[in-house]
Amino acid sequence: MTAAIRIEGLAKSFTLHNQGGVRLSVLDGFDLAVEAGECVALHGPSGIGKSTVLRCIYANYRADRGRILVRHRDGTVDMAAAHPREILAVRRETVGHVSQFLRVIPRVAAEDVVAETLRGRGADPEAATKAARRMLQRLNIPAELHRLAPATFSGGEQQRVNLARVFVADYPVLLLDEPTASLDRENRDVVLKLIREAAGRGAAIAGIFHDSEVRDAVATRTVPLIAAREAA
Amino acid sequence: MAEDGYNFAYLDEQTKRMIRRAILKAVAIPGYQVPFGSREMPLPFGWGTGGIQVTASIIGPDDTLKVIDQGADDTVNAVSIRKFFARTAGVATTEQTEAATIVQTRHRIPETPLGAGQILVYQVPIPEPLRWLEPREAETRKMHALEEYGVMHVRLYEDIARFGHIATSYDYPVRVNGRYLMRPSPIPKFDNPKMDRSPALQLFGAGREKRIYAIPPHTQVRSLDFDDHPFEVQKWADVCAVCGSGESFLDEIVTDDRGGRMFVCSDTDYCARRREAGHTGPATRDAETGGA
Amino acid sequence: MMQEAPPLLSARGVTKFYEGIPGCRDVSFEVWPGEVLGIVGESGSGKTTVLNCISARLEPTSGTVEYATRHDGPADIYRMSEPARRLLMRTDWGFVHQNPREGLRMGVSAGANIGERLMAVGARHYGNIRQAANDWLDKVEMDTGRMDDLPITFSGGMQQRLQIARNLVTAPRIVFMDEPTGNLDVSVQARLLDLLRGLVTDLGLAAVIVTHDLAVARLLSHRLLVMRRGKVVESGLTDQVLDDPQHPYSQLLVSSVIHP
Repeated sequence: MTAAIRIEGLAKSFTLHNQGGVRLSVLDGFDLAVEAGECVALHGPSGIGKSTVLRCIYANYRADRGRILVRHRDGTVDMAAAHPREILAVRRETVGHVSQFLRVIPRVAAEDVVAETLRGRGADPEAATKAARRMLQRLNIPAELHRLAPATFSGGEQQRVNLARVFVADYPVLLLDEPTASLDRENRDVVLKLIREAAGRGAAIAGIFHDSEVRDAVATRTVPLIAAREAA
Repeated sequence: MAEDGYNFAYLDEQTKRMIRRAILKAVAIPGYQVPFGSREMPLPFGWGTGGIQVTASIIGPDDTLKVIDQGADDTVNAVSIRKFFARTAGVATTEQTEAATIVQTRHRIPETPLGAGQILVYQVPIPEPLRWLEPREAETRKMHALEEYGVMHVRLYEDIARFGHIATSYDYPVRVNGRYLMRPSPIPKFDNPKMDRSPALQLFGAGREKRIYAIPPHTQVRSLDFDDHPFEVQKWADVCAVCGSGESFLDEIVTDDRGGRMFVCSDTDYCARRREAGHTGPATRDAETGGA
Repeated sequence: MMQEAPPLLSARGVTKFYEGIPGCRDVSFEVWPGEVLGIVGESGSGKTTVLNCISARLEPTSGTVEYATRHDGPADIYRMSEPARRLLMRTDWGFVHQNPREGLRMGVSAGANIGERLMAVGARHYGNIRQAANDWLDKVEMDTGRMDDLPITFSGGMQQRLQIARNLVTAPRIVFMDEPTGNLDVSVQARLLDLLRGLVTDLGLAAVIVTHDLAVARLLSHRLLVMRRGKVVESGLTDQVLDDPQHPYSQLLVSSVIHP
């Protein structure tokens, strides 16, 4: 059986055209495989490229070289080469990404933000809203906040909305970028439970967990990142 | 006899020929507005110059002309135009609808049904029915060419939304022969059904706008409407105070400054002939019984 | 792998010169059913020229624009007959102007504005037209009690909603929008964006949206074209272009946005 995520020879650099054309090489020849039911923690100092890996898998960043194969439907899609519409289908059905920031339309209610994940997958709007409320409740967002727009929420609440919009669906692949960063202990435990449940139902998870306690609690394996050589 | 110094019916023969060509084209394409070279006439545009030029181009020495303005033979405009043709063409004139071979009209169709061989000439102020919503001539022509007439219903929609019924009561738009959208000139919509399959030839002349259009005899003319708000003509609770007719178009006449009013036929010829035939209305009956 | 429906609209090598001055040069892209394509760039970059060229409002100097018609398959929009093109424009397509005065009939009521397209394709039942107008006012979250008011009495945001309703009443498959939220206050803009996004998702509409506002582009569009001096300098998934811009101009554009 092929891995849910298989990265082969991934290279990623950034050229800053407006800052003298400086080229920053972040990844060079990076390999990774994540099987279903695994939770792999990417580990290394800040700026080493952990988020870049996750973003490349999500095709939020474009890879310079290499292949990023994600098991999708009955086949695999190379996220480094796929057509935008294919990438969108993969994001809709297969890969969930919890980023560090919540980016939503101002004035849209939290429950609608979360429900949209399911509606995008063709769920009945009413059922989607119900599921969204359940997930928000589970993440300790009180019911009276569900109809409010998350822009007014605290940082921790926003992060939980961000988590809810991904965990509300059973994605086969999860990319978690510091999912517990701004959470208190109680909410952190809820998230740990959600991650374990996801792994338990067979999701392949790649994550960045700054907090070693969290990492030890959920990671089945740790992959260290080493600095790519800075190119001229 | 015609007065000396004028060509027969005022216009020169070349102009008449040009206008006749426009009329022939208009008859061939019912409802289509044919441009023509409108001439300066000895009265201002807006006084019926379009109708006069059409009449001048089709009238012959043997014709008998009737001219009405709002249904009346004796208003200034009607009298002037009748005199104009009496002097420049020397033709016979009449006030009797059935005696006329040509009837030039402003704002009415006679109550007495027109027959085969008669010609009704309308004076038209603004010929383009789509003008209210589209100021560009090039665009309205294209809309006619492509039969894009749906927007015309927007106006009727607005009427119903505002007044609960189609409140447009004159110059009510029609489709001619299932094809061209046409303004019937500012006749009351009461007269619209008279245009439909009329045995008479109907010609429309707009002098200022330089357009001629026509409805050939026996042509279908349909007034626009909605399925659930069908076309209807005006009805009056009263009958004509003078002749007692309940079938004609009535004008309201204020008789004093205390709210007194009465309704009389707008078509003076029709009303007078009914009186001659012995019909009476509420006002004339009162006068007779009062006098007896 | 994926079931490939043909693209709804394909622009190939679209080039427009105004009296010798290029408006856009060699622009090619496709729009698929249900997809929202954003076109961003600064004023004068040619984005509105492209929008007009692909929406049959401005014939390109060279290049072709093909649209997948419902019955006859792909057709070059500048080679089909004029009646067919005009019918397409008022049924299968919508166009939302930045200035609602250009897209609305200011002299007739809100209801008539919505009903016009229906009447244009032959609706002749007043009650049904009115019901449709009522439904659409409701869908764009307007007070149905104001159906008989003139657009001039509405606020800018409401006029924009009305313009959207007027376009969507004939169930178009693609809507072209030129800075749809450009004239609105930020708060009104957010609500309109939410409405547009909901409608696009629920109706499976395709849309091409021209905007200079990257935030609008991010929230509404799936894919993005970045234009500069009449040319497309970069294209791709919206978040890819905005988060990992490759072209120097895209990088400049993204880095010039002020985040509150």
